[in-house]
Amino acid sequence: MYVAVKGGERAIENAHRLLAHERRGDRDVPEVSLDQISGQLGLAVDRVMGEGSLYDRELAALAIKQARGDLIEAIFLVRAFRATLPRFGATEPVDTGTMRVRRRVSSTFKDVPGGQILGPTFDYTHRLLDPQLADGFVPERPATAEASTAPTPRVTDILGRDGLIEPSPQQDADAPVGDLTREPLSFPADRDLRLQNLARADEGFLLAMGYSTQRGYGRNHPFAGEIRFGEVEVEFFAEDVGFAVPLGAIALTECQMVNQFKGSATEAPCFTRGYGIAFGQSERKAMSMALVDRALRARELGEEVLAPAQDEEFVMSHSDNVQATGFVEHLKLPHYVDFQSELGLLRKLRRDFAEAANESENLQEAAE
Amino acid sequence: MTGPAYNFAYLDEQTKRMIRRAILKAIAIPGYQVPFASREMPMPYGWGTGGVQVTAAILGPDDRLKVIDQGSDDTTNAISIRKFFAKTAGVATTTSTVEATVIQTRHRIPETRLHSGQVLVYQVPIPEPLRFLEPRETETRRMHALAEYGLMHVKLYEDIARFGHIATSYAYPVKVNARYVMDPSPTPKFDNPKMDNCPALQLFGAGREKRIYAIPPHTRVVSLDFEDHPFTRYRFDAPCALCGAEDAYLDEIVTDDAGSRMFVCSDTDYCEGRQAAGHRGGQSAAPYKESAHG
Repeated sequence: MYVAVKGGERAIENAHRLLAHERRGDRDVPEVSLDQISGQLGLAVDRVMGEGSLYDRELAALAIKQARGDLIEAIFLVRAFRATLPRFGATEPVDTGTMRVRRRVSSTFKDVPGGQILGPTFDYTHRLLDPQLADGFVPERPATAEASTAPTPRVTDILGRDGLIEPSPQQDADAPVGDLTREPLSFPADRDLRLQNLARADEGFLLAMGYSTQRGYGRNHPFAGEIRFGEVEVEFFAEDVGFAVPLGAIALTECQMVNQFKGSATEAPCFTRGYGIAFGQSERKAMSMALVDRALRARELGEEVLAPAQDEEFVMSHSDNVQATGFVEHLKLPHYVDFQSELGLLRKLRRDFAEAANESENLQEAAE
Repeated sequence: MTGPAYNFAYLDEQTKRMIRRAILKAIAIPGYQVPFASREMPMPYGWGTGGVQVTAAILGPDDRLKVIDQGSDDTTNAISIRKFFAKTAGVATTTSTVEATVIQTRHRIPETRLHSGQVLVYQVPIPEPLRFLEPRETETRRMHALAEYGLMHVKLYEDIARFGHIATSYAYPVKVNARYVMDPSPTPKFDNPKMDNCPALQLFGAGREKRIYAIPPHTRVVSLDFEDHPFTRYRFDAPCALCGAEDAYLDEIVTDDAGSRMFVCSDTDYCEGRQAAGHRGGQSAAPYKESAHG
C-alpha cells in the first residue's frame, strides 16, 4: 500500500477551477462589475490602492473581485503587478496646501481659514443597520452650494508661522528619493523610508500600534491638527521639455498630528509633528500612520525608545501585510521532512528520559 | 483592459542584473548574507520567493530545471514553481537530479551526489542563523562582522546540558569557509554533510528577508559541534519500504488510525531510480505516479 501524499497537478488545477466557481457565486445572481466595486465599495478600493502602492482604481477593483473581497489578497495581487512596472522617475512633491478639499477638519482650532468642511463621513452617523439599504434605495441628492475660493492653508503652517511647531524636517530637493521596493532596507532607516513603509503598511497593524501609543506605550500626546481629504495635482519634471508636466490628479487623505512639545536650554519649546498620508479616503490609516510616525521619531527627538511603536526595526519589519500573510500562511506548506527530524529527536529524548527514570527506580528498589 | 506582458523568466532584466550582482558578491564572500532588493513575486512570501528570484536571475533558455519540496517533485508547491518557470521561461523541466542543470529546493538536498556545473537553489525562510538568539538585525550584522559566535555555542551547550543532545534537528547551523556561521535553510541535519566540498554551486535566496548567500563549489562547510559531542546525522533506522535504501532520508507516513506507519524515501527521484534499477523494499508496489510532470 502506498499513501497518496503527493498533491498532483490535476488536484491543483481542480482546486483553482473550484475557486473560480466559488468566486462567481450563484450564477443566477448578476455578476458584480468593476464599476460597481469602484463606485460602491470605494473605500475598499482606496485601501487596496494604498497598501498595494499603486494608484489605479480599475486594477484595484479587479483585484478585489479576483480576491473574492479578501483585501489583503487583493493588495498582494496589485503589489505583484506593480513589481513588474518600469520606473520613469519620481514626481515632484505634491502640494497638499493646494488640495481641492472635499473634507477638512481640525481638532485644535474651532475655526480655521478656509473653514471646517465635514464632507462625506461616517462620523456622527448612528451605527444602526439600515434595512432601507438592502434593496433599491435611492438616496437624496447631496446639498450643494457655491464652491468657496478661499485658500485652505494647512493648520500646521499656521502654527509654524509663530514658531509654535517645529519646522517640517526638510530634505535636500535634489537628493534621490528612497525607495524600499528598489533598495534593500537597512537600519537605522531615514524618515523618507519610514514614511514609505508606513504608507504601505497594514491598516490594522498601524491602528493597533497607534492605539498602543495612546494607551501609554510610547505616549506622545497627539492632537489631530488637521485631517484633509481631496484631490491634488501630480506633476512630473520632464527632462526633455525642461518643466514640470501635470500627470493628473489623485485623491489623498493627509493627517498632520500636533504632538507634545520639546525644548532645551538652547531651543525654545515647540510642538512636534507626526505625519500620515494615504491614497483615497483612508482617515483611520492616515491618523494611525501619523501617530506611529511620531512615535518612530523618538531617536531623532532624543526620547528614550521603550515601547514597540517607537522601535523602528520592530514596526518596519512587521508592518507589511503581504510579507506577514505569506509567512504565516506558509505554515500550510508541507514540513514533514523537518517534522520527521524533530520526531526522531523527541523520541530519542523520551527514550533517554524513560531510561533515566527506570534506572533511578531500580536504584531505589535496590536501596530498599 | 490589456493584459500585461512579462519578460523571460518573469523578472525584468534590470532586476535580474541587480540579483546577479548580489549573487556574485555572495559567491565572493561564502556564507555572508548579501542584502538585495527583493521584489514582490506572484507567489506569497514564505513560499519560495527568494529561491524563485535567484532561479529567475540565473536561468537561461538551455537550462533544465528541477524543483523539489520535501525532496519530492510532486508536492504541490514544487509543481506550482516548476509550472511557473515552464510558463514564463519555457525552459525544459525534469525530475532527474542527474539531468537537471538548476535544482530549486525546499527543505532537502538530493540524495544523488551533485556534479560540477549544477546549481542548487535553496528557498530560505529565515536566513539569519542568530535570529532566534538575537531578534535585531542591527545586532546580528554586528555579530557576524566581528565573527562573534559565542552565543550560538552557548545555545548548543545549553541544549546538551538540558537534554544530553544538541536539540536542533533541522536548520542546523554550519560554518562556511571557516568564517561565517550560516543557516542551511530548514533542511534536516541529515543533509548537512552534503554541503561540504560539494562540486555544485549552492545559492540561497530569502525573498521576504531580502538576503542572498552562497556556497561556492568545493567549499569547506562544517556543522557546529563540540569535540566531546560531535555532530551526528539522524535518519530513521529502517530501509525504505519501497526501494530498500538504507542510506536515504525517510518520510514517516501514518497508514491507518491504529498508528501503523511506513517509512519511504523523501527523495522521490532517488527512490524511483532505485526501483527502476530493481531494488525492492518490504512494501513495494507500483508507486503512485502522476501521469506527467509539468
